[in-house]
Amino acid sequence: MSQVTMTVNGKEMSGDAEGRTLLSQFLRETLNLTGTHVGCDTSQCGACVVHVNGQAVKSCTMLAMEADGAEVETIEGQAAPDGTLNTIQQAFQDHHGLQCGFCTPGMVMSAAALLKENPKPSEAEIRDYLEGNICRCTGYHNIVKAIMAASGQDVSAIAAE
Amino acid sequence: MYNFDFEKPTSVADAVAALAGEDAQALGGGQTLIPTLKQRLASPSKLVSLAGIADIKGVCMSDDGQVCVGGATVHADVAANAGSYPALAALACNIGDPAVRARGTIGGSLANNDPSACYPSAALASGATIVTNAREIAADDYFQGMFATALDEGEIITEVRFPVPEAANYQKFEQPASRFALVGVFVARFADGVRVAVTGASEEGVFRWSAAEEALSGNFSADAVPAAPGADGMISDLHGTAAYRAHLIAVLTKRAVAACG
Repeated sequence: MSQVTMTVNGKEMSGDAEGRTLLSQFLRETLNLTGTHVGCDTSQCGACVVHVNGQAVKSCTMLAMEADGAEVETIEGQAAPDGTLNTIQQAFQDHHGLQCGFCTPGMVMSAAALLKENPKPSEAEIRDYLEGNICRCTGYHNIVKAIMAASGQDVSAIAAE
Repeated sequence: MYNFDFEKPTSVADAVAALAGEDAQALGGGQTLIPTLKQRLASPSKLVSLAGIADIKGVCMSDDGQVCVGGATVHADVAANAGSYPALAALACNIGDPAVRARGTIGGSLANNDPSACYPSAALASGATIVTNAREIAADDYFQGMFATALDEGEIITEVRFPVPEAANYQKFEQPASRFALVGVFVARFADGVRVAVTGASEEGVFRWSAAEEALSGNFSADAVPAAPGADGMISDLHGTAAYRAHLIAVLTKRAVAACG
């Protein structure tokens, strides 16, 4: 065991980790930040996406020790301290971008990374960026709509099927 | 996953020293190695992360016009910064998904030499030079079969130097679940001839399709691409038969040539 320290959602946090401890496991089990979900644990589904030094990564495929000293953003840091949802989260609610909600933390974190790099993405760019985020409920249309809306664009043209 | 020690040196020399221990293994971005460890298909005693070595990250242009990519450069950075070799940047931009591209490295991909990975085709078709802590290896000598390379134990890829072709294009027929290439073809046209490298298809890993190279060096047009190679030695699995993969080689080569314009 070694001590790992990272800044999570703006706050410095430490805990013990083994070499094999995954970042997803460290966030969930050591720091008790269970908003980051583990869906497939094989790097396919994207439910575990968090930001490490500003980049979206799959936290199930990164070691906690690799994130030692890093700035980490998780879904818990997205809403305001009083619980007010941020623009992307609110758009997911407004446009029914979730049903069961399991993939949502990863979807929101991927969407945030996309909008930071491309503030006005096209529908095709959104769908392409979400290639590594799998949702088994919504069929993606409302997720794409939500991200379009969060970027301040008209959503009426989004394909309905 | 079995447990292991973890080190993150900040220089190539320290990484080489750390890798000298028994069963130590280098860790690039971990996008293949971590899933492999989870399945207990590997059990290193120590992982040596190369991500802390600033010297082997980044993309630059050498004085002789080659695009030089540090071994620990992630795919996203190649996609963003290798604009002087557009086909290489486009290939990097289509590996996996954005989160994978933020972690996976060119050195990790080439050291692993997955028979369906994208980068080996770019390195081989470009006639790249793989630079390690110990020596320089020509791509033609580097790839030695499925998951096999010329690298010695503990040898680290520090840089990959790509000569920039006059025209080049990579066509990837994606396996939709893994996003690896079911078959991928990289065509590079240089002043002195055409090189065609195929990934995803052969049981021997990436290879040069010499019949296409000869034909295209004489007449660089999609019509000149020869009939598909035979299915002998091609990968056959639930995603596609050997004959299907062989067929795709010719189709994708034509598309790549057509896309070169």
